[in-house]
Amino acid sequence: MSEALHTAETETDYQRVQRSQEFQELRSRFRRFVFPMTAFFLTWYFLYALLAAYAHDFMSIRVTGTITVGLLFGLGQFVTTFAITMIYARWANRRQDAVAERLREHIEKGEVR
Amino acid sequence: MTAAAVAAGLPLATAATSEQVGSPAVNIGIFVAFVLVTLVIVFRASRNNKTAADYYAAGRSFTGPQNGTAIAGDYLSAASFLGIAGAIALNGYDGFLYSIGFLVAWLVALLLVAELLRNTGRFTMADVLSFRLRQRPVRMAAAISTLAVVFFYLLAQMAGAGGLVALLLGVTSTAGQGLVIAVVGALMILYVLVGGMKGTTWVQIIKAILLIAGSAVMALWVLAQFGFNLSDLLAGAVAAGGEGGEALIEPGKQYGVSALTQLDFISLALALVLGTAGLPHVLMRFYTVPTGQEARRSVVWAIWLIGIFYLITLVLGYGAGALVGPETIRSAPGGANSAAPLLAYELGGVVLLGFISAVAFATILAVVAGLTITAAASFAHDIYANVIKHGHVNPDGEVRVARITVVGIGLLAIAGGIFANGQNIAFLVALAFAVAASANLPTIIYSLFWRRFNTSGALWSMYGGLVSAIVLIVFSPVVSGKVDPVTGDSLSMIRDTAVDFAVFPLSNPGIVSIPLGFLLGALGTVLSRETPDLERFAQMEVRSLTGAGSEKATVH
Repeated sequence: MSEALHTAETETDYQRVQRSQEFQELRSRFRRFVFPMTAFFLTWYFLYALLAAYAHDFMSIRVTGTITVGLLFGLGQFVTTFAITMIYARWANRRQDAVAERLREHIEKGEVR
Repeated sequence: MTAAAVAAGLPLATAATSEQVGSPAVNIGIFVAFVLVTLVIVFRASRNNKTAADYYAAGRSFTGPQNGTAIAGDYLSAASFLGIAGAIALNGYDGFLYSIGFLVAWLVALLLVAELLRNTGRFTMADVLSFRLRQRPVRMAAAISTLAVVFFYLLAQMAGAGGLVALLLGVTSTAGQGLVIAVVGALMILYVLVGGMKGTTWVQIIKAILLIAGSAVMALWVLAQFGFNLSDLLAGAVAAGGEGGEALIEPGKQYGVSALTQLDFISLALALVLGTAGLPHVLMRFYTVPTGQEARRSVVWAIWLIGIFYLITLVLGYGAGALVGPETIRSAPGGANSAAPLLAYELGGVVLLGFISAVAFATILAVVAGLTITAAASFAHDIYANVIKHGHVNPDGEVRVARITVVGIGLLAIAGGIFANGQNIAFLVALAFAVAASANLPTIIYSLFWRRFNTSGALWSMYGGLVSAIVLIVFSPVVSGKVDPVTGDSLSMIRDTAVDFAVFPLSNPGIVSIPLGFLLGALGTVLSRETPDLERFAQMEVRSLTGAGSEKATVH
């Protein structure tokens, strides 16, 4: 308790904002979104790379005409990349930007208490 | 007959008829038109180049879509245009794998790096890395790593220019090629010297539009010939491939030879996907927009443009295989790199070939300009202003040093390009990505997300990643000891087959050096007694997520 009082006197605006609930929520929302998403696309990418390197027979199966499983997996990487891009941009625009903007104005106008 | 023609260095002889393909005069004419138009734009854009923020970051005044287009122009090098189309034409599916790695890599930049970096830094990667660590040692390490990546990338681009000259302009003498490399280098110096980041950005935007529009027209043209049926197009490539043509639509033609090449492929895949977000010239582009939100929009635009372009190269690659044929491509000067130009000639004759050739040159110019301004900023801002002068230098002096550096780097690039002309330099791009992923990315990620991360962790990670990537390349088959089993010729940089010190079996060091970079960063941090600067960390974290206190656009 005494330590908390001590730091409250010497801490900077940025530390005060960092400690605030609004910022903590902004940060954990951000991390809860980008970390699992990064884990997902990296796993899916390496699954694809490993299949391309080691599962030749599977990747060479013809689905229709000369379209192979490997080609569909490859095009699937494009689809997921475009999809993740749009999902993230939409999410960040809607959920994060307003909060970030409010905190930024507080700090730049020196209204942090 | 064709072999003799190639040996004699005749320009663009085709296997079937050995006729001259295209007209060098048309190619040069269209390229000169590009140069004149961009020069006018660069001079107009440069009238407001006053401060360091103007020179390094274009006054932070570009919009997200503009910057996204410029990023695509910066990223889609001649290697990804000519190289990937050729690799798909000759190796089929395995060529496609490159483009996927190059594209997915942008998600790392989008989710973890772009906005946070824009909000915390000013001009260079080192601004972010040294934000809460000890300034001078970290800046020095980041600058060395930046200069190393830029140097490898630059040399690859300039050396590639020599091959392109032979292919597109019909210049075959070493002296003639050297002269063209010098002209390209001199033009680039002019653009960067006069235009700074603003001029460089406009060159990249114009080039990206021309490249994507031109190749989209070609792709539609190809697809039209196959009734817009992808399966028929692939069938055409398989048929033209003759015996073994089926392998073109299956993985493994290039990388499936042995367990070692398979592992090499995984190593390459790792370096590609983690390298992009650590490339200093890519990172620097995020400073040219006014806010973190615009940095996000830039990446969204870049991902769409780059992704669509790689889908186009898939069509162009298989289209070249089907309509030009692998034998013709292989026997043309420039080999695989000639697939896209030959396809352009097949489709649209002299004019389309001239257009595509000019775009290929514009590509080298735009990429080299982006690399040069990055290196100049890193030297002038990090090494000169902050390490040597301890930050006590007026901005005008810093920009003057940057301009002098531009000339120095330009001359170095010209000399390097002439010296490396004809050398086997493909590994330099792979090396640039490996160093970026091993030395830069771990430190960027740790410093943005790990509270405890400290100076010693940053130094261990950057120097460790840099040194391990370079050492592993030196002792790999790309430098010595790789022999073609059929012809007995050397496939390494050192042509003497008796010299063999390749103790590391993979061509790409990523699978070892990237985990090592992350590990050293963690070890260096944990083993040091240095306490993290919590006040600076709070500032960095709050700034990175809210944009508070970030550098604003300059108003003229």
